[in-house]
Amino acid sequence: MAETTTRELLLRPIFHRNPIALLVLGICSALAVTGKMDTAFVMSVCVTVVVACSSFVISLVRHHIPSSVRIGIQIMVIATMVILVDQVLKAFLFDLSKQLSIYVGLIITNCIVMGRAEGFAMNNPPKASFIDGLGNGLGYGFILMTVAFIRELFGSGSLFGVEILKLTSNGGWYVRNGLFLLPASAFFLIALLIWFMRTVDPDQQENN
Amino acid sequence: MGHYLNIIFTSLFIENLPLSFFLGMCTFLAISKKVKTAAGLGIAVLTLTAITVPINNFILNDLLKPGALAWAGYPNIDLTFLGFLIYIGVIAAVVQIMEMVMDRFMPGLYNTLGIFLPLLTVNCAIFGATLFMVERDYTFGESVAYGIGAGGGFLLAVVALAGIREKLEYANPPAGLRGLGLTFITAGLMALAFMGLGGLKLG
Repeated sequence: MAETTTRELLLRPIFHRNPIALLVLGICSALAVTGKMDTAFVMSVCVTVVVACSSFVISLVRHHIPSSVRIGIQIMVIATMVILVDQVLKAFLFDLSKQLSIYVGLIITNCIVMGRAEGFAMNNPPKASFIDGLGNGLGYGFILMTVAFIRELFGSGSLFGVEILKLTSNGGWYVRNGLFLLPASAFFLIALLIWFMRTVDPDQQENN
Repeated sequence: MGHYLNIIFTSLFIENLPLSFFLGMCTFLAISKKVKTAAGLGIAVLTLTAITVPINNFILNDLLKPGALAWAGYPNIDLTFLGFLIYIGVIAAVVQIMEMVMDRFMPGLYNTLGIFLPLLTVNCAIFGATLFMVERDYTFGESVAYGIGAGGGFLLAVVALAGIREKLEYANPPAGLRGLGLTFITAGLMALAFMGLGGLKLG
């Protein structure tokens, strides 16, 4: 890992080793907040901040963590970060924090954060861990925003709450597709996204 | 009684954790290749939610809420911001205790469920159930019902998905869709089917 450059650390998780599409991590929250662009955006920012900061902190103290209790310590660090993010959201973006409801808290159990802490930050210096966390957060955000884009555009004809396709209910031409607002559509969209990414990059295909 | 049954029924079918809130997805997708292991995982989740949700409810109402510490002489303290840290601590502790108790008294069960237990500390379904309990401000009785219903919903969904995936072994999907992609589509179809139960109410 020593020779991988900062650039690679940052970019690899976004497409080639995307935490959601390839490693099946962190899907729990990925699907739930993608009904609208703005919740998806805030969620991506929160996750990126948490994963980058917690990787950094864990990597700083990695030589002092006894391996038998490392999971517990990692969780405590992550939970502290999430509490900070949650309090900031409640203080400055109260409406969005209500919409995200429990999913901010669920960042604690988001496997991406744990996975990066355990898989990368424990054996790498703080700076590299921070960049790696940032890259993984962005990779997560990339999928989230893509799914949210499609769901909001076709489901409510708008992006970030701004009307793009004029709805028939407002005298326009676009009949909105309610399916895209249902939870089930997120499953289909992620499946299609995975299919697309794996066709482009056949190395990611599974052989069973 | 009807009220509690209603909570169980709603959380089992209509607000099914994996299928309508996407909670516990990671384990839901990873450990649903065989019905037998899926059932083991589901039972472990059910047991854990049934135990941890009421415990966390007790902690929330009697230790963390504003004024809850009045008996100790601190009537003005509001500790709810520590919630996340404490809930996850409780879950981790219960998992550990359950592992030890099962190892000592039920070795058969331990051998089937043992591998899943450490994983479940970071399972979003269990933590999510606790957070929903907090958000909806359940009483202790309601939290017991909710814990059972939420865990039961996970058990139901994971066993059903595993059943479908066992059949899918014989399918021949496009290469890029194999494995994960197809599982997502299956789960999506199941979510649609479960939505058909929306709006049903007991008592």
